[in-house]
Amino acid sequence: MRRSFIGRFWPNATALVLFVIFLFPVYWMFATSFKPTGDIISENPVWFPLDPTFEHYRTAFDADNFWNFWKNSLTVTLLAVGISLLIALLASFAIARMRFRGRTGIILVFMFAQMAPWEVMVISVYMLVRDADMLNSLVPLTLFYTVMVLPLTILTLRTYVAAVPKDLEEAAMVDGATRTQAFRKVIFPLLAPGLMATSLFGFITAWNEFPMVLVLNKEAEAQTLPLWLSQFQTQFGDDWGATMAAASLFALPILVLFLYLQRKVTAGLTAGAVKG
Amino acid sequence: MTVQIPRPATEKAKGRARTTPPPPPGRHRKAQGSAGALPYLLLLPALAITAVLLGYPLVKNGILSFQKLGMKELIQHLTEWNGFDNYSDVLGGEDFWRVTLRTVVFTAVNVTLIMVLGTLVGLLLARLGRKMRLTLMMALVLAWAMPIIAATTVYQWLFAERYGVVNWILDKLGWHSMADYSWTSSQFSTFFVITVMLVWTSIPFVAINLYAATTTIAKELYEAAGLDGAGAWRTFTSVTLPFIKPFLLATTFLEVIWIFKAFPHVYAINGGGPDRLTETLPVYAFVEGVGNQHYGMGAAISVLTILVLMGLTSYYIRMVMKQEREDS
Repeated sequence: MRRSFIGRFWPNATALVLFVIFLFPVYWMFATSFKPTGDIISENPVWFPLDPTFEHYRTAFDADNFWNFWKNSLTVTLLAVGISLLIALLASFAIARMRFRGRTGIILVFMFAQMAPWEVMVISVYMLVRDADMLNSLVPLTLFYTVMVLPLTILTLRTYVAAVPKDLEEAAMVDGATRTQAFRKVIFPLLAPGLMATSLFGFITAWNEFPMVLVLNKEAEAQTLPLWLSQFQTQFGDDWGATMAAASLFALPILVLFLYLQRKVTAGLTAGAVKG
Repeated sequence: MTVQIPRPATEKAKGRARTTPPPPPGRHRKAQGSAGALPYLLLLPALAITAVLLGYPLVKNGILSFQKLGMKELIQHLTEWNGFDNYSDVLGGEDFWRVTLRTVVFTAVNVTLIMVLGTLVGLLLARLGRKMRLTLMMALVLAWAMPIIAATTVYQWLFAERYGVVNWILDKLGWHSMADYSWTSSQFSTFFVITVMLVWTSIPFVAINLYAATTTIAKELYEAAGLDGAGAWRTFTSVTLPFIKPFLLATTFLEVIWIFKAFPHVYAINGGGPDRLTETLPVYAFVEGVGNQHYGMGAAISVLTILVLMGLTSYYIRMVMKQEREDS
């Protein structure tokens, strides 16, 4: 394709501006977290942390229960994503591969479930968990996060399942493989990218969840990182260096995960979104 | 017991662009017939956990909305019915209607901005060279991945009254009254910050997926359009748009839900202030229920919130259901 210089100039120039706009807030978070306080509160912004310091990170690491918050967040997020993927995989096989009575109704259930405004139902969730005597525990939190991400996981995953040619599975079985073997050796490798792309949504939802853990777990031992970050911000309000260091630590795992899975993301949620 | 209805490959199913071709009759009969209870077994865990952990709180929430429930009743496990009092209080007051209108406008503005700008960025991605595309994509992925609680702290810092970069830039551009402007001081400026943040964090999802959708369009179609002398706009409306339309509809649906439900984004920036002027429905329900300890009232508001959301998305749901029925 031939394109004139002007024809290539404007798209590239626009892309460059957009690149700066989208990257800047993330960059500014990291940059601020490494700047000495004098450079943060200066009349003219210091654009690069030329004189980097770890002082703010030390403040963040020294916070009470720091590692405990991490442990809780990682546990709850990984378990919720893992369980929801497993359950969703079963469900999406039924929806994508089989015809049965009530199929449309079940899809409708998951579409409505995906709309559930959890934030405004926290009181009834609180009463349910309290009556089960499970406040300040990671178990209900994990289960609720699982249900929170399950509907979209199913709706997305079923399109990946539908995209795997059925003939492959049958061919493997004709060759003498059992159904389980056919699944493990043939279907699963083809589904892996879909599973990864789907899991991103779960990761970001569970990692971010705030109102429910706020209401359910009052004890610091059972709290997660979003609460830590918001408490940290209240405590260190004007100390932007410390706040940005804390925010950077909180954001880092998800940012790394997304960058690592970028290609899968790119091919990613489209499939699910298109079929809704 | 379930009845398996044999499914002939109808003309309708053939014409539809489906990821799975309709099963040819005969060959698959065995697999179909043996399905029996299997689909229900496979769906059981998903349905059970959803019914218990989503269904129960939903029903409970509905029941609570007919009770007088404050701190005292909550602690002492008291049940005091008050009929439709919560609803008449909520619906009779001006607040609810004002907040609902505000939420609908807020959702409409944000979703429009996100869809229009996201589509433009997506189309731009398709026009870029490989290197530039990957560069921009990296920035988009990072903005997309940014956890919202971290994003709210960063945006508070960007828009900080003193030492905030935004005020500094506006001042340098000659708008000197913005030098020490407090963005959280008014309803409009607070919503402005929230909108900038929401649009920033939402565009990547639309843009990247739209770009991915355009890569599935056959090059020949564009060449044919070019030979027919179609301009850029005509090519877009007659080649690109029909391909991405289902995607745009589905994404708009998801964005309406996500923006309408956006809670930490709105709450963290200014707590719904100043003077509760930036409370959207979820924030309003939370502040009334949890904050002011009118739990019954909060439950009533949340029931109404769910109804409003269902109303907003009913068109799309109906459409998808119709398609599913035709497909199956």
